[in-house]
Amino acid sequence: MFSLLATTSTSGLEQLWFALIGVLWLGYFFLEGFDFGVGTLLPFLAKDDLDRRVLINTVGPVWDGNEVWLLTAGGATFAAFPLWYATVFSGFYLALFLVLAALIFRGMAFEFRSKKESESWRRWWDRAIFWGSALPALLWGVAFADFVHGVPIGQNATWTGTFFDLVKPYALVGGLTTLSLFTLHGATFLGLKTDGQMRERARRAGVLLAPITFVIMFVFLGWTYLSTRSMHHAGLVPPFLPVVGLMVLASVGWLIRDRFEGWAFVATALSIVTLFTTLLLNLYPNALVSSISPRFNLTLADAASHPYTLKVMSIVALIFTPFVLVYQAWTYWVFRQRVRRPGEEITATINEPVEA
Amino acid sequence: MNQLIAGISTVSLARWQFAITTVFHFLFVPLTIGLGLLVAILQTVAYKRKDDSYDRMARFFGKLFLINFAIGVVTGIVQEFQFGMDWSRYSVYVGNIFGAPLAIEGLLAFFMESTFLGVWIFGRGRVSPRVHLASIWLASLGTFLSAIFIIAANAWMQHPVGYKVITVHGQKQAIMTDFWAVITNSTFIDAYLHVVFGAILTASVFMLAIAAYHLRRGNSVSDFGKVARIAIVVTVLAGMGTIFLGDSQAKQMEQQQPMKMAAAEALYDTQNGASFSLLTVGDLSGNPIFQIRLPHLLSVLATNSWNGQVKGINQLQSEATAKYGKGSYVPILWVEYWTFRVMVGLGFLLLALGAYGLYLMRKGRLEKSKKFLRFASWMLLAPFLANATGWIFTEVGRQPWIVYGLLKTSNAVTVIAPGYVAASLIGFTAIYSFLAVLEIGLMIRVATKGPSALPATSTESPERALELVY
Repeated sequence: MFSLLATTSTSGLEQLWFALIGVLWLGYFFLEGFDFGVGTLLPFLAKDDLDRRVLINTVGPVWDGNEVWLLTAGGATFAAFPLWYATVFSGFYLALFLVLAALIFRGMAFEFRSKKESESWRRWWDRAIFWGSALPALLWGVAFADFVHGVPIGQNATWTGTFFDLVKPYALVGGLTTLSLFTLHGATFLGLKTDGQMRERARRAGVLLAPITFVIMFVFLGWTYLSTRSMHHAGLVPPFLPVVGLMVLASVGWLIRDRFEGWAFVATALSIVTLFTTLLLNLYPNALVSSISPRFNLTLADAASHPYTLKVMSIVALIFTPFVLVYQAWTYWVFRQRVRRPGEEITATINEPVEA
Repeated sequence: MNQLIAGISTVSLARWQFAITTVFHFLFVPLTIGLGLLVAILQTVAYKRKDDSYDRMARFFGKLFLINFAIGVVTGIVQEFQFGMDWSRYSVYVGNIFGAPLAIEGLLAFFMESTFLGVWIFGRGRVSPRVHLASIWLASLGTFLSAIFIIAANAWMQHPVGYKVITVHGQKQAIMTDFWAVITNSTFIDAYLHVVFGAILTASVFMLAIAAYHLRRGNSVSDFGKVARIAIVVTVLAGMGTIFLGDSQAKQMEQQQPMKMAAAEALYDTQNGASFSLLTVGDLSGNPIFQIRLPHLLSVLATNSWNGQVKGINQLQSEATAKYGKGSYVPILWVEYWTFRVMVGLGFLLLALGAYGLYLMRKGRLEKSKKFLRFASWMLLAPFLANATGWIFTEVGRQPWIVYGLLKTSNAVTVIAPGYVAASLIGFTAIYSFLAVLEIGLMIRVATKGPSALPATSTESPERALELVY
């Protein structure tokens, strides 16, 4: 009676939920990407405590809402693909512990640093913001590179590897890609959200970072193209996506230098979206690729929940997602102003922000 | 054999990790849920009456609310992911049912709570006072919604409904057959209300304790007098609600998980008109050194009738072995016995605190009664202890099951070397202890300074740029 569950495809619902979870990850990296970037740039762009406060307050009203995209992606994976959730989260055990620890310190730092007037108190929390931003920015890239390149799973998605199977050269390049790309994204975000000297410093950081990021992402995507397809025939990579992503990324340096701040931010956002879309499409129709043998690949159909659960969740998502998008967008509009040092002059702008 | 040994220690490490992270998380969550509501109420009064005093109090308790909220959020991320990390076989087994409320919680509750809290923190003087007020209400609504989904998920573990067990690729999975049944589970409704009333009680006692601290020292007497009055009334109402729902849960427990009820009393043999022991000196094996017993109370508690039958541990154990096969189906008795008494005892003590406060209010002696004020400040710790013991009682009492009657805890854990779990257990415990010290230090600092340390209201210079809140 339930034999249909064992077959590869029962309905379009697995594809739909793979797409929705993909969108949640894209949303997460697009949004938290810039607040990771701001956190990573914190020690480099700030000259004094007031500078640091300006930087932190650019993401102050939104960082927590951004992080919820991650929680929802995790919850949706649990519900829609229990076997995927269980395998990934137990397999990436220590890596995930590091990410969680980093996010804990970062979140505490935002809320705690200004609750006490003390130089050393603030300096410690500032360090937490830097490491709590840079470390996850790196580790998410490592994790997604591992997904694409394959993880050590055997029969029935049994994890057979250790922590060190996850930190291979390819995965590290993936980590550097996300770290540099999120940092650049943070710089273009600050171009829109700060003014005066800070805006200029963010611009210079962006001009410096753009070519480096391009080179790293070029190497990463090239490596992905050369290795994964021939290794696993894991799925299609619409070649235009990564190519468009790289072309857009190549333009970021010029856009920043010529002060097209809004477009520069759009460009880093697009680079993030195309990068992760490429990686996720590369995974499809698998949830996980086995590095041991393609026979052990965990397909989405294998990992999926029963259609009943997927239907219930689809209805809930259909009804409530629009509200979430509307009110979250509204908060970005409410806090659209640039953050300035008290008393700082408002400088005239040629290119007004294209707000996300 | 080697793997068996590894499996056993992984289970106990994973259980300790879950216990530590969850109890820690839940020290802060009830305060967030309750205090969000109380701050929203204070701000509403301030808005309606244009009253500076309520406005000061809303901002003062709002600051404490935020310190507390942050730690609830960051520890909550761990909650979401550790099912997969430590309990992957559980996750596969229940994902169809347990995952859905978690996902919906993110979509419906967490987005709402975090987004509108951001507006509330940074929006003062930027959005209109009306929108600012709406944002704290929406954030508070988010916290209440979030409790719905997580309690629904937990209620399913306590009393599975609306499901069917099938085998997929040789692994058993529970699949959902009736979503409506899952979210209207009788266990869920009582547990939700009990938890929510408990959360409001936690916040009202917290507020009362801090107000009492300042009243005793004569700081901002008029402000804290108002807050204390609200807190007392809420303590009485929420205390009654918590106890009433708890009583209803006890009767449900006798129906659904009789072993937990038997363990709560350490009742070995089935009895009619069973008595309830207030406390026991000596061991719980039936030969106490000293005991205070109230006749018939256990029967009334569990069955609502004077001579009702309460099943005993021995009978339930043999029923369970007949039904599920060999093994012990008895939870750790001393944990059950004492957590139950601490939880219930503190619940009544807090109700008494509220009632005494109400009496002093009527007599007009609230600010003058030093004894009451000192007692009230010390009661700050009571609701936190009651919340923790309540969850320990209900979760340990379900053992050896992780999903009652369906899946044993020992079969739910991730197959992983214990070293990994030990490392993260040590790591989380270290981080959480560190955070606890900071959090408590900061709370005490802000709470004892009082509203005098607040920045001036930001309505004075409307043209200024985004305020540097962080």
